[in-house]
Amino acid sequence: MSGSFLESNVIFQEIYCVLAGSKYAGESCSAQGLLPVGYDWIGFFIAGFAIMFILANAFMLGAAVFVYSERRLLGKFQLRTGPNRVGPFGLLQPIADILKLLMKEDIVPNGADKPVHTLAPIVMLAPAILVTAVIPFGSGYFLTDLNVGLLYIVAVSGMITIAIFMAGWSCNNRYALFGSMRGVAQLISYELPMVFSMVGILILTGSLSLIDVVNAQDIPFILVQPMAFVIFLIGTSAELNRTPFDIVEAESEIIAGYHTEYSGIKFALFQAAEMGSILVSGAVVATLFLKGWEGPFLPGPIWFLIKVYGFVFLMIWVRATLPRLRVDQVMGFAWKFLLPLSLVNIFVTGASVFILGDMENGVRVLDSVDLLLVGAINLLSLIACLVLAGFFMKTKASGGRSREILVSEFDPAGREVLT
Amino acid sequence: MTYGLGLFKGMLVTLRNFFRPVVTVQYPDRRVGIFYLAKKANISVIRFLLESPRESVKSLLGLVRVPVYVEQNPRFRGEEFTWYEDRCTGCASCAKYCPLGIIRIETHESGEYLQEGQSYFVDTFDIDIGRCMFCGICVEACPYDALFMGTGFERGRYQRSELVIPIEELKAASKRPSTWFRPQLESQKFDPWKSEADWETVGREAYKWHPKRPAQSGNPNQEDQVKE
Amino acid sequence: MKTEAITVNIGPQHPSTHGVFRLRVTFDGEVIQDVEAVFGYLHRGSEKLAEERTYTQVITLTDRLDYVASMTNNQAYVLACENLMDIEVPERGQYLRMIAAELQRIASHFVATGFLLQDLGAMATPLMYGFRERERILDMFEMLCGARITNTYMRIGGVFQDAPEEFWGSLRSFLDGMPGFLDEFDSLLRGNEILLARTKDIGVLEASEAINCSVTGPVLRSTGVAWDLRKVDPYELYPRIKFDIPIGTNGDNYDRFVIRLAEIRQSISIIDQCYEQIEAGPVRSTNELLFYPKTGDAYGKVEAPKGELGFYLVSDGGIAPYRCKIRSPSLINLTMIKDLLIGSKLSDMIVTLGSIDINMGEVDR
Ligand code: SF4
Ligand code: SF4
Repeated sequence: MSGSFLESNVIFQEIYCVLAGSKYAGESCSAQGLLPVGYDWIGFFIAGFAIMFILANAFMLGAAVFVYSERRLLGKFQLRTGPNRVGPFGLLQPIADILKLLMKEDIVPNGADKPVHTLAPIVMLAPAILVTAVIPFGSGYFLTDLNVGLLYIVAVSGMITIAIFMAGWSCNNRYALFGSMRGVAQLISYELPMVFSMVGILILTGSLSLIDVVNAQDIPFILVQPMAFVIFLIGTSAELNRTPFDIVEAESEIIAGYHTEYSGIKFALFQAAEMGSILVSGAVVATLFLKGWEGPFLPGPIWFLIKVYGFVFLMIWVRATLPRLRVDQVMGFAWKFLLPLSLVNIFVTGASVFILGDMENGVRVLDSVDLLLVGAINLLSLIACLVLAGFFMKTKASGGRSREILVSEFDPAGREVLT
Repeated sequence: MTYGLGLFKGMLVTLRNFFRPVVTVQYPDRRVGIFYLAKKANISVIRFLLESPRESVKSLLGLVRVPVYVEQNPRFRGEEFTWYEDRCTGCASCAKYCPLGIIRIETHESGEYLQEGQSYFVDTFDIDIGRCMFCGICVEACPYDALFMGTGFERGRYQRSELVIPIEELKAASKRPSTWFRPQLESQKFDPWKSEADWETVGREAYKWHPKRPAQSGNPNQEDQVKE
Repeated sequence: MKTEAITVNIGPQHPSTHGVFRLRVTFDGEVIQDVEAVFGYLHRGSEKLAEERTYTQVITLTDRLDYVASMTNNQAYVLACENLMDIEVPERGQYLRMIAAELQRIASHFVATGFLLQDLGAMATPLMYGFRERERILDMFEMLCGARITNTYMRIGGVFQDAPEEFWGSLRSFLDGMPGFLDEFDSLLRGNEILLARTKDIGVLEASEAINCSVTGPVLRSTGVAWDLRKVDPYELYPRIKFDIPIGTNGDNYDRFVIRLAEIRQSISIIDQCYEQIEAGPVRSTNELLFYPKTGDAYGKVEAPKGELGFYLVSDGGIAPYRCKIRSPSLINLTMIKDLLIGSKLSDMIVTLGSIDINMGEVDR
């Protein structure tokens, strides 16, 4: 296999080194490998699978931690305590939940399409875990460095749409049908502005590999691309079915949306997929906009976790505050507001890079001052767009003034209306 | 106005509340950490760790509980009525005024004390707590201040029949009457959560006017006659 | 393309039908074509039960009509009884009743707005904030009458007992803290763009239509009709109190939401004035528990948090009412639900239902 791949991937190298030895793994590995000569491919597989194993388990553990932290933090936002009975500070609550769900009866409703019904949670969970493959957690900590990493993330996470539709359609429940129809419409709509918002980053880095994206961030891209950050944030929260875009599983409207009819372990899989995807999205946001694993003093993976949990906190905070939009408003927001905004972002970024960047070997290169300038231009155009939108919204809403009128004395005019 | 400003205002409000203390109270107990235990023992956390490692580990694992006790108002209308056998004449006003008719009273004539007709011995005094709605009208109706609302609120049972409070239980129960509709208790600043009240002190008037005053002091009617 | 309307049963078990209430809705996609409201799941026969209870005992039944506003239910019933029997109520008793009723209005409006926002998807946060304040009101009720929800506080001829000392202290601190809390509540969601988009111009009710359906309460006032029984046909000592009737202009969900918040502010000023005006004195004119009214009938009505709550009592001279008819605002406000909902979307239906603020205990009685 390619030497650069082995050299940059720390965990892989360590394991492969022990198994295959210096003959295959390179000069830095002095010891004789455990595997006989000619069987180094087994070491290659084992090393790969070890990382995958770590990732998949980290994903599930992350989902459990997220469930716990969401319940605790939501409680705190709502002046409640949240779960605190099982274990210290309720830390074992997710385990208790999982045990409970495991022991529950797995109900398949009458008239359900059984194979599809069973397959849906797996189809939901798989892409969420697959996305972790390309995310660098620290310098040298990753499974693989795809040169089309960004594209891979977009493509794989798009599969969730299919799972939602499968779940909603197969279980012969009208609430679920509502949820899945909403879900399909919403996810497809928000894919577009989300992908477009990444284009600005592509312009700046010139590479689709996530490691290159992190390395290109002399200044975190949140400062260079605030508009893209806002769009991406909104887009991800819509992709994740979080408030204010949680129409897919709006519990006050359609019970639980597409997973209304799921119980037991299948429900747990859905939950794990959803909660895990939030962490994965946090990881993507951290990689794209927050300089990935890089940060002073602390080791890379810890910085990475801090950034991911910053995103998670934001998500929970938003969930604790905002009401949800209506179905047509969600679509309208995506097509009428976010998509134009993302196009503006591409234009503004492209233009400013074109003007500010200096040609070097056929590539435009920007130094830090230039990057900050790009960011300032970006921010200004974002604010301009918001003001413009506010202006349009104001003129659209009828009245627009405060409507409550106080009637001090009993008004005979009121009686006139009555007669 | 910028679009989205209202959203941020709301977010700030929730963030402010995030740092406010929790208002909910845990019931019936809550888990305490090592800091609480150390503070209770009045020593520093490190000393507590060294002195009682077992307790410390337990508290760190979330196994130490302390019961939580929230005081209700003295007027709280709770279950397990406080009933004073010595005051009750068996008049059954309570049973008659109860909107649900869930008090069952059986009496026999005593013939001992003569007071406005006759006083009765109460044989049965059952309250079916399972159907009671704690409206307190029975207490309001009792003319001799013999029945009081209780102060309890923990009476989960597996069977409805266990929810009928028989006379023995009423007799044996600790006398912690609620001050509901009993201004005399309120003016004494009686607090059922702190102390008990015996039958002599809970009446509207001095106990000597009560028909069931202990025999050695004589019958109030007789006393009046003696005075005259 | 051939499409087909689907019929969905919203309820009787559904997170946002506010009780056991069922709506048979025919959807075309997400748009509502037809609505059929089915209620009666919580019918307990309160009116019939009242016929075999004495006049005092019926008070306990009224607690259970609108269980988030027991005080006003008590009040309407005892007013009807007092009209029937020509009983005067001492001033202090009337003030105490007014304080209790206004506190109850605040509590009920917190529940209403909280659940409206919950239906909007605000994840119970405003609900919890409202409940925090409601809890203080319930604590005060506990001081007043020993119970928090099913109060049985008022009696024919007054209230059952005077308020204890500590009640006034906590009432004062409540009144002082409330405006600040309301400002915070306002800034939490009132200017929120999502809330505006979800509630403005949705579920619009015309004033004429509202009057034709005999809708009352905040729902009627949101259409711009200043109809409040406390002003129009004052009972108790409301003529002595200065307050305003907040009215809306559009009759949409947003107006109904905002009017409730404005009414909370008005209630606070009413309680404030009661607090200033109340003087020592008896609270109850008669200690009787049994009444034998003359043959006749009487109607007692109050402006309950949800609208006009009326009790119509017919007496045949016995100890129990011969007939007791309850005019419950929730039921009558619910009758025009069909006109409001047809043509709107599924999500709007939930919000409209929440903004009308029904209580199934009162609808089914
Ligand atoms: S509290 Fe009410 S329901 Fe219970 S026994 Fe007394 S009168 Fe009957
Ligand atoms: S408790 Fe009171 S009302 Fe009931 S029988 Fe005894 S004295 Fe009469």
